[in-house]
Amino acid sequence: MTIAPASLAAHPPHLFPDYASTRKRAPAKPLVLIPATLTELSGPVYGHETVSGDEGDLTRQHAGEPLGERIIVTGRVLDEEGRPVPNTLLEIWQANAAGRYVHLRDQHPAPLDPNFTGAGRAVTDQDGRYRFTTVKPGAYPWRNHPNAWRPAHIHFSLFGPSFLSRLVTQMYFPGDPLFAFDPIFNAIPDARARERLVARFDLATTEPEWALGYQFDIVLRGRDATPIEEPHDD
Amino acid sequence: MTERPDGITPSQTVGPFFAYALTPEGYATPAIFSNDLATEDSVGERIRIEGYVIDGDGEPIVDAMVELWQPDGRGRFATASERANGAFSGFGRTQVDSNGFFAFATVKPGAVAGPDGARQAPHIAVTIFARGLLRQLVTRIYFADEAANAVDPILSLVPAERRATLIAERRERGAAPVYTFNIRLQGEGETVFFEA
Ligand SMILES: [Fe+3]
Repeated sequence: MTIAPASLAAHPPHLFPDYASTRKRAPAKPLVLIPATLTELSGPVYGHETVSGDEGDLTRQHAGEPLGERIIVTGRVLDEEGRPVPNTLLEIWQANAAGRYVHLRDQHPAPLDPNFTGAGRAVTDQDGRYRFTTVKPGAYPWRNHPNAWRPAHIHFSLFGPSFLSRLVTQMYFPGDPLFAFDPIFNAIPDARARERLVARFDLATTEPEWALGYQFDIVLRGRDATPIEEPHDD
Repeated sequence: MTERPDGITPSQTVGPFFAYALTPEGYATPAIFSNDLATEDSVGERIRIEGYVIDGDGEPIVDAMVELWQPDGRGRFATASERANGAFSGFGRTQVDSNGFFAFATVKPGAVAGPDGARQAPHIAVTIFARGLLRQLVTRIYFADEAANAVDPILSLVPAERRATLIAERRERGAAPVYTFNIRLQGEGETVFFEA
């Protein structure tokens, strides 16, 4: 009998009716539990050559500087045991300081910023550390329920050491008054797990006369899930 | 010295506005992944995977992202050293179009090891992200023309009446045969999703 790892309880359920889009998209049948095979214990491989060094600075992708509060977002990618996850790709995307995405389907009537796209990439170093420079995204409205606004957030996509460690999540900012009203944030059942998505303001990361600093560590499923090399016959 | 963290970082939805970062064809961001996995020297039969992502009302989902993870035609997953030599990456990513349709060009994977020394039938791991999915969904593509499906250790864990949702039918078309794999997130003919 296969049992899902207890640590997965940190994730939100697939069906969370307060988040209206889950109602027709969440599977109605239970997931089928399977043992992790070589397929799940291996994972996509890429390296520093995939990402150039300046892709982590979202404030230098255009001729001018974007409007908004310049910030540094940095932290470590760790596994469940607290060991760093080196050489892993992070992709981030976010709204601009006015709460508007570059995405063609975003119709929020807030201004686009010609000097801000809002997409960045980085690869972790040997200590699992990453660093982005960007601007603080604005809150934006959505149509989930009357007067619905998303708390300010940055979307993160990570791979980690295997197919099982793949994670897409969102980073939030401390003290956001919209937390209590956001069904996406509150779909996470455990309050302590929700808190792990809130970055920590850090004066030591803050650079004088330049940018506010936030620390955001990300914990992926463990690398006990290490791929077993199959013997090659050539 | 490592301190054990409080727990893993929970998942959140990819949302509707990921394309300009993750599948940025048509945007200024350079793409680093695509839906074309097969390079000239990739080992294996060239195939296409095509399908639709469909919701609980039977309507196509127009804002989903689909990722594939697979070995090459010999059943070998890319390792770091092989990738450095430009070998088959085994990883692809695409966004569905305005009809909910997705397509990949790849090679047919070979069989790989399974649990307890058993072999697994050739298959491709699939991950689906979308607005309304608070966490990604994971499934597998198996191939209708593979006899090994009958003894596959993972398929055998799936209720028999639901296995057909995981098996892509083969159709000859042009240079590369097409395997059709529709992904129904909910309701009639709901695709089997896995947790490992
Ligand atoms: Fe968002």
